[in-house]
Amino acid sequence: MDRSQPYPGLADRLELRGIRKAYPSVVANDGVSLRVAPGEIHAVVGENGAGKSTLMKIIYGIVQPDSGEMLWNGREVVITSPAEAQQLGIGMVFQHFALFDTLTVAENIALAMPHDNPLNELSERISDMASKYGLPVDPSRHIYTMSVGERQRVEIIRALLQKPGLLILDEPTSVLTPQAVEKLFQTLGQVASEGCSILYISHKLNEIQSLCARATILRGGKVTGTCIPAQETAASIARMMIGEDLPNYRASKPHAAGKARLEVEDLSLPTTNPFGTALSDIRLLLRGGEVLGIAGVSGNGQHELMQVLSGERRPGTGSIRLDSKEVGHLGPGKRRELGLCSVPEDRLGEGSVPALSLAENVLLTANRGGATRAGLIRFDWIESFARRCIASFDVRCSGFNALAASLSGGNLQKFIVGREILQEPGVLIVAQPTWGVDVGAAIVIRQALLDLRDKGAAILVISEELDELFEIADRIAVIAGGRLSEGIACNTTNRDQIGLAMTGGRLVQAPDDGGAHALAL
Amino acid sequence: MPLHFEARTKPSTLMVWLSPAAALLLTAIAAMIVFASADHNPLQALTTFFLSPVADLYGFGELLIKAAPLILIGVGLAIGYRAGIWNVGGEGQLILGVIFGGYVALKFGPGGGVWVLPTMIVVAAVGGMLWAAIPALLRTWANANEILVSLMLNYVAQYWLSWLVFGVWRDPAGFNFPQSQPLAPSALLPVIVDGTRANIGIVFALVAVALGWLTVGWSFVGYQLRVTGLSHGAARYAGFSTDRAVWVGMLAGGIAAGIAGICEIAGPLGQIFPTASPGYGYAAIIVAFLGRLNPIGIFFAGLLMALLYLSGDSAQMSLGMPSSITGLLQGLLLFFLLAADVLVQYRLKYIPSVRPEVRRAI
Repeated sequence: MDRSQPYPGLADRLELRGIRKAYPSVVANDGVSLRVAPGEIHAVVGENGAGKSTLMKIIYGIVQPDSGEMLWNGREVVITSPAEAQQLGIGMVFQHFALFDTLTVAENIALAMPHDNPLNELSERISDMASKYGLPVDPSRHIYTMSVGERQRVEIIRALLQKPGLLILDEPTSVLTPQAVEKLFQTLGQVASEGCSILYISHKLNEIQSLCARATILRGGKVTGTCIPAQETAASIARMMIGEDLPNYRASKPHAAGKARLEVEDLSLPTTNPFGTALSDIRLLLRGGEVLGIAGVSGNGQHELMQVLSGERRPGTGSIRLDSKEVGHLGPGKRRELGLCSVPEDRLGEGSVPALSLAENVLLTANRGGATRAGLIRFDWIESFARRCIASFDVRCSGFNALAASLSGGNLQKFIVGREILQEPGVLIVAQPTWGVDVGAAIVIRQALLDLRDKGAAILVISEELDELFEIADRIAVIAGGRLSEGIACNTTNRDQIGLAMTGGRLVQAPDDGGAHALAL
Repeated sequence: MPLHFEARTKPSTLMVWLSPAAALLLTAIAAMIVFASADHNPLQALTTFFLSPVADLYGFGELLIKAAPLILIGVGLAIGYRAGIWNVGGEGQLILGVIFGGYVALKFGPGGGVWVLPTMIVVAAVGGMLWAAIPALLRTWANANEILVSLMLNYVAQYWLSWLVFGVWRDPAGFNFPQSQPLAPSALLPVIVDGTRANIGIVFALVAVALGWLTVGWSFVGYQLRVTGLSHGAARYAGFSTDRAVWVGMLAGGIAAGIAGICEIAGPLGQIFPTASPGYGYAAIIVAFLGRLNPIGIFFAGLLMALLYLSGDSAQMSLGMPSSITGLLQGLLLFFLLAADVLVQYRLKYIPSVRPEVRRAI
């Protein structure tokens, strides 16, 4: 069907009109309209659950809308599969990469190409593309040897090789160092200048302001506004996103760090699988009343560090002392009894059991004290614990009988963090406390951690979000390649320094002028 | 196809219990088709098939006696299944109960006193437990798949029992039939309902249901097993030991099957045959799932499966059909149940085709 141009002289690359998609319990998209001009970098902004991902899946043909129209270069289309989207010229780089670890870059890309390509010819094209856009990638390298940032480059090259008219990027910077983000933005700018439109999904407002020409803001599945980010402030965009002003953190008075609560010395942990990271010579000292942040690009040993500190794995060598007591040989249950609680990064796979109710999920870790009597569960006790947790941490749910799986990511995370905090731990270890959590919930969670610190607990936060660490940590250390740097006070360092250390540089205290030159590489 | 399966936001509690009913209904329909193809009036044959075995008190006693081992083993297996431990060796563990308990009965029964029967039961439980300990050990120590190990041990146990009954245990006065001497009266379970063969084994099954219900629904151990079954990641984070779950899950099934075994030879059989079990260990797997791994549900599922056993026998007599119809219907029941269980997680939705006036993108 060839239609005449509905808007002469203004052929949008992509136009959505009144897209609606309803799931049994939620309307994910409700009358969403969106226009992207050729060569425009367009941001789609919204909290988790606002409907961004569903909208992108609709554009990419993974999900079919219930109603609404999609126009591609002014022509109405129905896209029923990703293959059709690719043939139209729509490329997508997912938040979670879809690459085979054991294959090389060229082999991975060949798999995604519509036609058979001789590998050496394809390798040449990959190298050309790589040098053209400043994305250094060796086509013959195996994926498992690559860092997350490098894998993302492979994904982007794969998408660009299809010569797309529209490139969709879903939270592309969540795994990158600040320096890598800058590099990515240069590449995207170049891609856009050649006429390829870009849909950029993110919740990082400063990035959107520096990169995107226009932004469409979603809230609860509806478009709440479009804007030119450069003309707005982060606060005004946030208001459109969450519908109200962002709450502020309660001021807390500076205080001296207390006694040592968690001491780790010369700890090492061999890997058990070829894609894991071995830990070596880990030393850290965590004092009561402080938050120590651990920064790093994902896959540099954060997961292993978390496991060995929480007790899921025993250290190969070295010692872990909790309040001067050796605990390296103890499992998670015993360590919890001694006052060391933890919040894992995977809230559905580890932090909770999705198929159980919130009350039953209390028992996962809060199972000492009055939770059981003579081996039997005291349901009244766990229910009142769950009720307390829901009320204290503003968990939005239908009650303590709600299944964990029915909660949104942010609310479930609030529940899990709350469950650990209500056990009054002396040491709390938290991995990715606000990963994939909406802005409002993130503030509740960070505030809860700060309150716990002010009560004298020692808190270790492992996070890939530098902004978060600078917000809540008193000291920051960097993990890279399974080695942990010395922790240094937040106010004596800056994002650039930490970013460089994340890629293997040595972290040293900056001089008072805050310059990044003190970094020894 | 305009009909699609769409994931439910949470599992349907209604379908959890409606699905066995639907499976039963479909099995009945399948049975009627089988009857009709053998030139019987399907409805009448179905009534005969299911009702005639329990028409009198004696028949009802037979029902209970068949249901008891199924319920007992079903509850034991369900504890492991809830933890994701797939013990399919109930049959072998039952046979070990026969061998261990049988040894005590044959050796001490004739001269014995009141202590013989309790000893038999304890020793049988230990036998089933030891047999279940082999797959548990291999799983925790060498990560060997417990499904395969426990299944293969069924054959080992069967041949062991055959070797005994064809050999040292053969009754010298038994006209060379492969069977032991009849057990001494002191080694037999007391009958609890006059005029039937219903014995105290039924009480054991009821106790198992009560203990199972307490374990599954109320105990912290049961909770830990359930978490292990639902999410390995969460269990590891919480510090619940997977190895312990394997042991508890396997041994619970072994103990229950061992006791069920001794109840057979000290109950309705009264002596030891190579075929001490008509496949109770396997049928109990169906019972466990039909009862939704819930001890109360297993109680009713056990009665239903026992009825199928009895009906197979009566089909042979009153309908002139082979008793293997029992196996056929048991298999169909499980098959329909698994199919209907899809609707616990999914719902059927009618989605009209895409608007025809807009052509596809390509």
